Amino acid sequence: MSDKKRERVVILENKEIADQIFDMWIQSESIAKLAKAGQFLDLYCEDGSRLLPRPISICEIDGIKNMLRLVFRIAGKGTEEFSRKKAGMYLDVIGPLGNGFPIKKKSACIIGGGIGIPPMLELAKQLDCEKNIVLGYRDKLFLYEEFQKYGKVYAATEDGSFGTKGNVLDAVLEHGIQADIMYACGPLPMLRALKAYAGEKNIECYVSLEERMACGIGACLGCVCKSTKTDTHTNVRNKRICKEGPVFEAGEVNF
Amino acid sequence: MNLNVDLAGISLKNPVMTASGTFGSGEEFSEFVDLNRLGAVVTKGVALVPWEGNPTPRIAETCGGMLNAVGLQNPGIDLFIKRDIPFLKKFDTKIIVNVCGKTAADYCEVVKRLADQPVDFLEINISCPNVKEGGIAFGQNPKQVEQITKEVKKYAAQPVIMKLSPNVTDITEMARAAEAGGADILSLINTLTGMKIDIHKQTFVLANKTGGLSGPAIHPVAVRMVYETARAVKLPIVGMGGIQTSEDAIEMMLAGATAVAVGTANFHNPFVSEEIIDGIEKYLKEQNILDVKELIGAVNEYN
Repeated sequence: MSDKKRERVVILENKEIADQIFDMWIQSESIAKLAKAGQFLDLYCEDGSRLLPRPISICEIDGIKNMLRLVFRIAGKGTEEFSRKKAGMYLDVIGPLGNGFPIKKKSACIIGGGIGIPPMLELAKQLDCEKNIVLGYRDKLFLYEEFQKYGKVYAATEDGSFGTKGNVLDAVLEHGIQADIMYACGPLPMLRALKAYAGEKNIECYVSLEERMACGIGACLGCVCKSTKTDTHTNVRNKRICKEGPVFEAGEVNF
Repeated sequence: MNLNVDLAGISLKNPVMTASGTFGSGEEFSEFVDLNRLGAVVTKGVALVPWEGNPTPRIAETCGGMLNAVGLQNPGIDLFIKRDIPFLKKFDTKIIVNVCGKTAADYCEVVKRLADQPVDFLEINISCPNVKEGGIAFGQNPKQVEQITKEVKKYAAQPVIMKLSPNVTDITEMARAAEAGGADILSLINTLTGMKIDIHKQTFVLANKTGGLSGPAIHPVAVRMVYETARAVKLPIVGMGGIQTSEDAIEMMLAGATAVAVGTANFHNPFVSEEIIDGIEKYLKEQNILDVKELIGAVNEYN
């Protein structure tokens, strides 16, 4: 049967950790036990005028206590509704959705930009190898300290207030970071730059993509990205981000 | 209590089906819904060859609804016959294949290919607002509606459902044209063409600029059109448009629909199609109605 569940989860904690960015822990029945780094949940709104579930990446998994951590930014009315939820309140969710990151034992560079940072935390925790972690921020840091446990952490800020002034690739170059594999999540221009860099240096590269979604489970074909080869399911050069993704080997998709 | 309804002489175990394009070919939703419980599964539109669909973003949420401009992405009839029909055959439900095309010949070719396949009905999509050729181009002119219906009927081995667009001045004109062309059943409504603009980026939210509006926001429009159409033609109607609860489904049947299709609501609640069946059953019990068919067109005049 299904490895996806719909659950009414209890919120254990929800607090703002940076401007408009919220850190929420939820208690699930079985989703946390099934979840992998890089997968996401669909969160439903209570307000019936907002029909579509919001895809939110999983930031941390506690499979033993069956808890999940979601760190999200307010991007509209739906995420604003979630930000107002207090401990003890409920949320309807389905998950885990999508494929997640492949866990390989190679010298890794983990790169997160902006709200693409949260899903990299569980990955950093799970990877058992040499890890360099590069985090890109506009100005204010979040989750930065927590990554320290899992590897050597570098930061870049657009305004230069902390770490390298510029973007994550500027930080990679400044520190001469070497890797056999790169994992990245963040804005499209960042992912494009990293794909090109990884291509030049012949580094294996995985990117996590996002797109406006409707069903979240692969039925509606709303959230596709272009693939370099014909996809076996869609039979065209489109891959479903919610189903075959959100994580893709950079060479298999055009973005 | 009887939940069975008849469409063109074929009995459905209940009047609830899924709306094309919202349910794939059932595989993804089968992780949440017992397909055996549904009156029918209506597949996403399939064309003669694979279609890539429109660029992204294809989806935009609106108040009480959503816009989509998927553009009929589909794997083509060959893979569909090889993979999707055998999947659906594993379940005890009727199979309705939605057919799309760029030309009349395209539609006919797909219909021919389906003639020896174990499908129960064909739904002919002449109402998709998101493609440049075919789709709605066939559905906005009564002469063309009649013509394409006639063409398709020449080759169809299964009963033909013509799916009508609400983006017309008078939907009953199109309904009569489809009836004149030999349609067995009508389904309505497809989505209403809409647009959303991002005021921060000052650009369109959808890459296609326009998309089809669906969801509870359009339900009253759909009820009105089903009511008008039911009074204009003798054909049975599959009513759809914003059905999200059993109350919405019952309303649609009272307006004149023989069966109903649940679409966008599947995105809001993947279990909704089964919940609607349960809700209809509960309503019939409460109302002491022994046969769901008694609801069809049973709305009374206001007095």
